[in-house]
Amino acid sequence: MRDPDVVLLAFTRALRAAGVPVTHDRAQGFLAATAVLGAGDRRAAYLAGRATLCAGPDDLARYDQVFHEYFGSRDGLPLPRPKQRVEAPAFSGLPLDEGTGAADSDEQEVVRATASDTEVLRHRDVAALSAAEKHRLVGLFATLRPRPPVRRTARHQRWHRGRVDASHTLRASLRRMGEPAEIAWRRRGTRPRRVVLLVDVSGSMSGYADALLRLAHRFTQAAGSSGSVETFTVGTRVTHVTRAMRVRDPERALVAAGETVPDWSGGTRLGETLRFFLDRWGQRGMARGAVVVVFSDGWERGDPTMLGEQMARLRRIAHRVVWVNPHRGKAGYEPVQQGVVAALPHCDDFVAGHSLATFAELVEVVSRA
Amino acid sequence: MALESPAAVADRLGGTGYLADDALATVAFLALEMQRPLLLEGEPGTGKTALAEAIAESLELPLVRLQCYEGIDATQALYDWDFPRQILHLRALEAAGSARGEQSVEEAEKSLYDARFLLARPVLRALQESPAVLLVDEVDRADDEFEAFLLEVLSTYQVTIPELGTVRAATPPIVVLTSNRTRELHDALKRRCLYHWIDHPGLEREVEILRSRAPEVSETLRRQVVELVQQLRGRDDLQKPPGVAETLDWARALHHLGTAEIDIETAAATLGALVKYREDSERVRHALDQMLRP
Repeated sequence: MRDPDVVLLAFTRALRAAGVPVTHDRAQGFLAATAVLGAGDRRAAYLAGRATLCAGPDDLARYDQVFHEYFGSRDGLPLPRPKQRVEAPAFSGLPLDEGTGAADSDEQEVVRATASDTEVLRHRDVAALSAAEKHRLVGLFATLRPRPPVRRTARHQRWHRGRVDASHTLRASLRRMGEPAEIAWRRRGTRPRRVVLLVDVSGSMSGYADALLRLAHRFTQAAGSSGSVETFTVGTRVTHVTRAMRVRDPERALVAAGETVPDWSGGTRLGETLRFFLDRWGQRGMARGAVVVVFSDGWERGDPTMLGEQMARLRRIAHRVVWVNPHRGKAGYEPVQQGVVAALPHCDDFVAGHSLATFAELVEVVSRA
Repeated sequence: MALESPAAVADRLGGTGYLADDALATVAFLALEMQRPLLLEGEPGTGKTALAEAIAESLELPLVRLQCYEGIDATQALYDWDFPRQILHLRALEAAGSARGEQSVEEAEKSLYDARFLLARPVLRALQESPAVLLVDEVDRADDEFEAFLLEVLSTYQVTIPELGTVRAATPPIVVLTSNRTRELHDALKRRCLYHWIDHPGLEREVEILRSRAPEVSETLRRQVVELVQQLRGRDDLQKPPGVAETLDWARALHHLGTAEIDIETAAATLGALVKYREDSERVRHALDQMLRP
């Protein structure tokens, strides 16, 4: 018979190997907790470990699995938890089918050994997903939490250090019959910077349009009542879809956008539409000092020099221009399309955008802009 | 206040009307025994805050509540000096001093930093009133800096006030932290705590909860309400699935209307107690139409 502590410590090792970040002090806490509850009781050990070794709902599922593997049968343990949690609120685990994403199936096999289905799904190209996987991915969009970028304002706000807020200090002092009061401080305030999303909905982008609009919806909803996110679709014409994106429910928002946009899966005249956007909205103030994100693969049917000119114009009035290309993240991609070549010199960032993981990176790029 | 087993804890909590399952009772028992803070996470309305209240009530300890919000800082959580009163005191000393003899400067200054000018905020109060239950509610709404500060207090259970000295709890308070997971807490804080995720209760448990919290509601209505709510929770298209708090509200609302059995009209009329988003209420109305149609 082995010392029970050794068995328990070995279990924490197994748990760490399974990806639960068990630290030394957590393991100590686990031993202390089992000592309190009395070792030898499976159910008690299970609960002690859940309380001391796990740090979030993601850990719990893994913990249950490892505990089951390690200590054998499941008597007295709860049934496996449904996968859906805050992180993935919508759909419970449909296992991924074998061989659906034909293009990257080799890479997928390697990943599968270490990552969960969800993690694999995060890195899959959204255009290559089956209907069931898309359905599952929709729920994962809720995990994206865009924070709007901020800009300084002229207005000041109170703060616990910074410059002396003379008027506030004086007023506080007057309230105390002229006795010196605490000194109030202030600093320049911040406001959310405007984010303008231009989503290419032409034929070559049709596999991504749905996912990109969902992403735009997350941006719009995260900005909340400040209304600092504007969304346009571009193709053969420019459509303002911000109003549709403000609908809280993602499905309804997409339906509303679908009803507004007249040119789904049409051609692309990116240069012309960009000029129209700048003339009509951009230059008048919408793009001024804003973070402008262009989602497009750069397949340009019109004149690429026009696109270059308009991008240069956009660059001059915007705070930052981010170009998101779904093909950027794929192996063997070279930015050789005429449109991309013309536009690239005028972009601050050129990022990938074909999977949920790359969307998460984009969210970071925008919030830091 | 020593309770010898998780079952005893569950019994005590049950006495106050809070029904804890064995996992929650075990974690609460561990928190009491190991004197570690208890971090509760879960969907809104699953009884995280209520647990702290129930622990305080069942152990007959005072409950000190610290509601976190964005921008909360140490002066709102620990202590602050009552500046206007100090000034008044100084003026009074001046007046008295000019009337009769001089008072030494040190004494006057010392009298300014007296315990009576100290405004004890929740954390300090919990240490002073020990044993007590300290509830740090919605800790995810506070900033990172505040979390670091909280970590410091929770690891030593003492607060140092430079002018007065160190306040140490005779018995460490029972600390309950709740979080709605609007952001991930720092791992250092989590490591200090015992963690528990509170799920929505199952059917039988929720009926029991209703029985204990809303005894005035009839048994048939109670069961019908819980069955409907459980079905609604199973749907994946709601913005915010109803929690136990909403179930209770809805059952009470129906009871107040004198409903014996839910039909489509009464359900539609009382929907505001159950769902709080317009899109949800439309969906739930459709769903209830189908569920209630004979």
